[in-house]
Amino acid sequence: MSTLPLRIERLALSYGGSTAVEDVSLTAEAGRVHALLGPNGAGKSSTIACAAGLRVPRSGSIRIFGLDPRTDHTRTAELAGVMLQDGGLPMSARPLAVLRHLSRLYRDPADVDALAERLGITGFASRSIRRLSGGQRQRVALAAALVGRPRLVFLDEPTAGLDPQARLAVDEVVEELRAEGTAIVLTTHDMADAERLADCVTVIDHGRVIAHGSVASLTGAGDGGAPGRTATIVLDDGIPEEALIALADEGIVHVDGSTVTIDCAPDVDALHRIAGVLAAHGTAVRSVEFRGKSLADVFLELTGRSLR
Amino acid sequence: MRADVTRILAQTRFETLTVLRNGEQLLLALILPLIILVGLGSTDVLASIGALPAGVSRIQVATAGVLGVAVASIAFTGQGIQTAFDRRYGVLRQLATTPLGAGGVIGGKLGAVLAVLVVQVAVLGTTAMVLGLDTTSVSPVGTVLALLAGAAALVSWGVLMAGTLRPEATLAVANLLWVLMASVGGLLFPRDGLWGAVADLTPPGALGTALRAAVLDGAIAWVSLLVLTVWTVVGALLARRWFSFD
Repeated sequence: MSTLPLRIERLALSYGGSTAVEDVSLTAEAGRVHALLGPNGAGKSSTIACAAGLRVPRSGSIRIFGLDPRTDHTRTAELAGVMLQDGGLPMSARPLAVLRHLSRLYRDPADVDALAERLGITGFASRSIRRLSGGQRQRVALAAALVGRPRLVFLDEPTAGLDPQARLAVDEVVEELRAEGTAIVLTTHDMADAERLADCVTVIDHGRVIAHGSVASLTGAGDGGAPGRTATIVLDDGIPEEALIALADEGIVHVDGSTVTIDCAPDVDALHRIAGVLAAHGTAVRSVEFRGKSLADVFLELTGRSLR
Repeated sequence: MRADVTRILAQTRFETLTVLRNGEQLLLALILPLIILVGLGSTDVLASIGALPAGVSRIQVATAGVLGVAVASIAFTGQGIQTAFDRRYGVLRQLATTPLGAGGVIGGKLGAVLAVLVVQVAVLGTTAMVLGLDTTSVSPVGTVLALLAGAAALVSWGVLMAGTLRPEATLAVANLLWVLMASVGGLLFPRDGLWGAVADLTPPGALGTALRAAVLDGAIAWVSLLVLTVWTVVGALLARRWFSFD
């Protein structure tokens, strides 16, 4: 099975008279994390629903390891695990009972106890799903997606509502899956998540792909990319008032105790003038950092700042 | 194919245990029918409301009626409410992404209705015999056919309701219709006149008539079974068209 874990070509989906996905193409490769970004209603979850075989596309094609998720559902479902946004867990059951039951639906399931231990589910295993916090439910839903030992995983907002510890656990699981060669497709509204985890980012809006590439290529921070947006100069010692006034012309100056930070345009002329001011006062520089745009900056540029 | 059956059986087992461990479902599926059976089968209520034909023992009439109520409890109201909330919480969608698939999800639900029905018939049948049910006048084939045809008709409409209405609406309608089916719908008591003729064409009326024919007269009510089959086909076709997993 050397074919791609996921290949979506020109997907379009309508339901209830409205168009949810207009034209989305997407691939996922083994051992890579693909982030699917987009504002609410952009078509992210609809794309995943089609790939999971839950919805019938209007047009386009979806192949999971070369198989059609509609006509070859049993085989694609063995290969692809899905964590849906609403969790999909029966409320009255307990977490381990649900996971054990789901494991019986797969040919070669994961060890449920080890998976529960790994995701910290064991600690609240005696409570019913109804009594779990949002973050605990998310972890059970993640385990549900992984219980069939999938080679392709769809995670629809896996870190929504998680505390930092649980977020870290999810990060670690994603890293492990990637290291094992699993292909991962995740949607998120958290740009920091995408920046940290994704090898590859696809931004969709109004049902269409509007940008695609690595985080570095999208933020212009990669080799030969566009220059970063700001240079940040950090000084160790305080500086006199007149120097602060002179530096304020060049950028934004933050004073925090004895630490002074200057955010300025990253061009040579500005840096030269700042260096002149600092040299005149004999101030030592701790660090100079050129920072690219964040993914959040790029996302807002691409999709606009107005509320949906 | 064999793996498919194994998965559907696993889903049936999980769904059945969910019902049997849920207090409200258990109340509806077993406790209330038991109370009705004991109430009608060991008191003079049936005679006092004129629902006891001459020469027939009250436990025969009560058993036939209560079996119908039990079918309505699990096939229509119980599974309807369960399915509606499974749909709300995305349980149906999640299961549909597993190798079980959408067809297997429905298969598991139908299997659970049958499994609970077996438990209901065992408990209610045993209780009825303790209360003096005369089994020699019962047609086992007629009873089983009536139970299966009734369950099929009611589950198709219960699932249709669960797959199209909001769960809160399903909860209200399913409970209200349960009361109406049991009381005036012809499940517990036969209806006379025009209303009786109309009720005989509805699922509860036809199920009540089929069960009374089997339990009281040892007969098979083919017309009622046909009515139930037509309702099943229509309900299943509508559900196939309109049932939504989300």
